[in-house]
Parts: sequence; structure tokens; C-alpha cells
Amino acid sequence: MSRARPEGYPPLAVRGPSLDRRLWNHALIAICYLSTALLMLPLALIIWHLVANGITALTPGFFIHMPKPVGEPGGGMANAIVGTLIVTGIGLALAFPVGVGTGVCLAEHGDGRFGHLVRYTADVLGGVPSIVVGLTTYALVVLPMGRFSALAGGIALGILMVPTIARSTEEVVRLVPESYRHAALALGAPGWKVTQDVVIPAARAGIVTATLLALARAAGETAPLLFTALGNRFWSTALDRPIASLPVMIYDYARAPYADWNRQAWAGALLLLLLVTVVSAVLRATTRRIGRT
Amino acid sequence: MNAVGASLMRAERAPLPRRRTTRAGAWNADRLYRIVLRALATTVFAIVALMVFEMVQGAAPTLRMFGARFLATTDWDPVFDKFGALPYLYGTLVSSGLALLLALPPALWAAIYLAELARPRLGATLAFVIELLASIPSIVYGIWGVFVLAPWLRTAIEPWLIAHLGFLPLFQGFPFGLGMLNAGIVLAIMITPTIVSLSREILLSTPGALREAALALGATRAEAIAVTVGAARPGIVGAVILALGRALGETMAVTMVIGNTNHISASLLAPGATMASVIANEFTEASDHLHLSALFEIALLLFALTLVVNGLARLLVLWTLGGRRDVARAT
Repeated sequence: MSRARPEGYPPLAVRGPSLDRRLWNHALIAICYLSTALLMLPLALIIWHLVANGITALTPGFFIHMPKPVGEPGGGMANAIVGTLIVTGIGLALAFPVGVGTGVCLAEHGDGRFGHLVRYTADVLGGVPSIVVGLTTYALVVLPMGRFSALAGGIALGILMVPTIARSTEEVVRLVPESYRHAALALGAPGWKVTQDVVIPAARAGIVTATLLALARAAGETAPLLFTALGNRFWSTALDRPIASLPVMIYDYARAPYADWNRQAWAGALLLLLLVTVVSAVLRATTRRIGRT
Repeated sequence: MNAVGASLMRAERAPLPRRRTTRAGAWNADRLYRIVLRALATTVFAIVALMVFEMVQGAAPTLRMFGARFLATTDWDPVFDKFGALPYLYGTLVSSGLALLLALPPALWAAIYLAELARPRLGATLAFVIELLASIPSIVYGIWGVFVLAPWLRTAIEPWLIAHLGFLPLFQGFPFGLGMLNAGIVLAIMITPTIVSLSREILLSTPGALREAALALGATRAEAIAVTVGAARPGIVGAVILALGRALGETMAVTMVIGNTNHISASLLAPGATMASVIANEFTEASDHLHLSALFEIALLLFALTLVVNGLARLLVLWTLGGRRDVARAT
């Protein structure tokens, strides 16, 4: 192809990329497509196996019956389901004020050295393996108390929730437009009232979402409960006694050499997956919509 | 939570005028409120300090008794008070390294697909699904590893590896199903969502002008992608190290599939143990003073290891994203 060029210039040749460059281009794009499909495969397999193995044991009885001794068919995980609700409830009650307070503090007054230090510490805490949190909670709570307890389990889960809630709260509070603060201050409101009655309500939806996401994640944690809440074959709602929880019970049932228990472990895992993933999915989908408008 | 909006907002933020109080230095609600917030924020600091204190205190007997030998010996015998953490350190590093090796290439290519090749709508939807997969509890991965992956490995994959690659020390031995290979595969599946979603965010945050300039110069799509990936490299490395940090501390899934023996074996088919798995397995049964102390020291080591790894990762991610903390935080 050549075009009209000024006198004395050679015609300009316009060529596409050479063959090997085109081949390389197509190869790379194909690899990218294939990799995405390849990654989806094990994840789809896990979900399929969970549903296929767990759905038969996930009967209404699973939710309302107590565990039965080995050999007796049926039985459920009612105590573990209630136990998980109690333990995560304690964790939430402890982590919510600390997490939200820290997040607000970081967003509103966190640009100094103190803020950087707290932010860094929260990140460190967020990266601590959950088994280490369980071990230290054992030393901090179980040893002084003299026994495993629901309270200790709640504290361990609370410690895991704090950094997530704090950092997400910071992000959403920073999203509140500065004009809100200026307007409230101009009306004569003191600083604390601006934060408490204007900024926090404006960020409420985001704070609640972040908290529920942290809660959902904590509800699926096993490792921090092993040495704190321990587990319990029987019905217990006492806060100072060992308590059953869904993840720990799944773990025990999966390790047991009885086919019936293994089936129940699958059902428990399916329930846990539904609980955690559905909550996360709904929350993430709704926050995306809020974020867009 | 629109992250780009957040950073814009921060840039626009003007310093607030200090509100003058009527009585200088007097106790007022403003100060009280600020003190309460600071106290709550200090709690976070106190939690970490207490955790470190408890671990150091718990580990003191073995720290004093074994010193550096704790890291270099392989005996682990509670009955004779012999404790060496090397097999667990080895197991943690090898299982996580294997996971990274398996997960890295497909995860990066998938991130490139989601950020550069897929239509924005499809890319966002797939990224959303992948983010959800990151929220699956590790016990669920563990159950799958034990009841589905282990039989596959035992009956099909490991015999094949022994028959065809058995000349390598990596693939010698007996097909147990449970072992280092199983742990590596399960961990790889678990860290994939982290690598994909973080790398995608980082690729999307690189300036579009880079790609446009490359295309304008006549680069093919693949060559333009190479330019973008080059610009995003530190951030991607950070994302990968962050995923490594997760793998190092992962407990339940690994405990269920790794086989739990404290032997160091060159073969990936052999069972092993990690630092996290030995704590999970032995802590409730440990009655001996020194045994408990050894487990505390392993926890301390694991804490230090993840601290270093996560710190490094966060630094790299922050460096490329220029202060986009929301992404750095999304572990």
C-alpha cells in the first residue's frame, strides 16, 4: 500500500505485524482464556462435590436434632449451629465497638503518627494466622479462667474481626463528603457531634456491611476455636463452659472413621458454605450498587 | 465502596479549621470524645502487644533451653524432651512454595484476561465470583481435599507420577494420597482468588496511556499487555507475596490433608507437617510443660514469618498503587 507523498520521499509502506508476532499474540491470548477456564474448574468441582455429598444429609432434622452416638442413624448439629451463633455473637459484641471506634478514629484523626502506628498494627493483626490467635487467646483467657469456654472462643473470633471492621470503617468514613462536615461545623455543631450525628450516620450502610462481612468470615473459622471454645457433644449455652461450633464439629466428624459422621460433615460444610458465601455475595452485590449510584 | 472515589476525596480534603473552645484547656465533650476514640484505637495496639508478650512468655523455656538449635534439629520427641522445629519449618515453606508454583502462572494469566481482554462487564462479574471464592472457609477446602482429592491422587495421579517421573526424587515413594502434594494443591486452590483479584485491581490501576501508546506504536495486543504488566510488576509481586503469607499461616485445610509426620522427605508424595498443623494437632494433647513451650515458640516463629512476608507485600502493593490502601488491605 502506498499513498501520495511529497516530492522526493519514498512511498510509505504500511504493514501489519509480522507472522511470529501475530502468532505470539494469539498464543498469549489463548493462554489467558484457557487459564481462566482452568481456574474455575477446581472451584466448580469443590462446590459440586459439596452439594452432591452434603445435600442428602441436610434435612430439617439436621438443624433441630442433637448429635447421636456412633451407629445410630440420623441426628443433627443443632447444638453446633446454636453454638456458632453464640460464639460469633460474643465476638461481634466485642469487636464492633473496638473496630468501628478505631476506624472512625483513623479516618477523622488518623493522619498523625498515632494514626499510622494504629493502622500498621491493624494490618499486622489482620495478617496473623488464625491458629496463632487461637493459641494466644488460650494463654490470655483459658489459662486464667481454668477452663475452655464459649467466652474464650468469642474473644478469639473478636480479635480476628477487629482489623477487618476497623480498616473497612475507615474507608467508608473517609468516603463521607467533606462538605457534610463543613456544613455541620458552620451550623455551630461541636466536633464530636459532627462525627457522631453527621459522619457516622452517613457511613452507616458501609459500616454495617463491613461488619457483616467480617462476621461471615469469622463464622467459618475453625483454628481459633480449637483451643478456646473446644467443642461439646452436648447442648450447652453457658458462656463459661466449652461450647460446640459448626466448623469444629465438621472437623471432628470429618476425621472420624464412620461413614455416617463423614456424611454429616459434608452436610455441615455445605451449610457453612451457604451461610458464609451467600451472606458475602448478597452484601458485596448490594454495596457495589450503592457504590455506583 | 468506590476506591477511586475514596482517593479523590482524600486529595480534595482541606484541613479543617481548629474549633476554638470558649474556655481554653477546659474539659469538654470534644476532648472526651476524642479520648474515647483513641482509647478504642489503642486497644488494637494492646491486642497485638499482649499476643506477642504471651507468645514470648510461653516460649521462654524452650528459647532458653534450645536457643538456635530449635530451628536446626529434626527431633521432636515430647517423651524425651527433645524439640526441633526444622521439619515443620520445612513443611510450611515447601507446601506454600509448591502452592505458589502451581497457582502463579494460571492465576496471573487469568488476571490479565479479566483486566485486559474480557469485556468490562464480564470481567467485573467473574472477578466478583472469584472474590466470593476467597470467602469459602478453609475447613470446606479441607473436607474436599480429604474425601475427593486424596482418593484421586492415591489411585490415579500419584501412581502415574511414580511410573513416569519416578526417576526424580520428588516423585518417589508410595502413593498415600495425603501428603505434601495434596497440601500444595489445596493451598494453590485457596490462594488463587487472592492473586487473581489483587493482580486484576493492580492491572486496572495502571495508566491507560501506557497501553494506548504501545498500541499506537504498532504493538500487538500481547505486546501492549506486556507493557502494562511491566508497569504493574511490583504490585503484582506484592499481591503474590500477600497470597504466600496466607498460605504460610493456613491451618485447617493443611492439617487435614498433609498427613502429619515430622519427617523431612525429598518426595512430594510423602506426608509431612507444617508449623500451623503441628500446633493444631498437638496443642490440646500437650500436657508437658516443655512441649507446650515448644508449640508456643513455633507460633512465635509463624507470627514472625507472616509479619515479614506481609510487610514486604504491603510495601510493594502500596508502592505501585500510590496509597490505594483498600486494595492492599483486601487480603
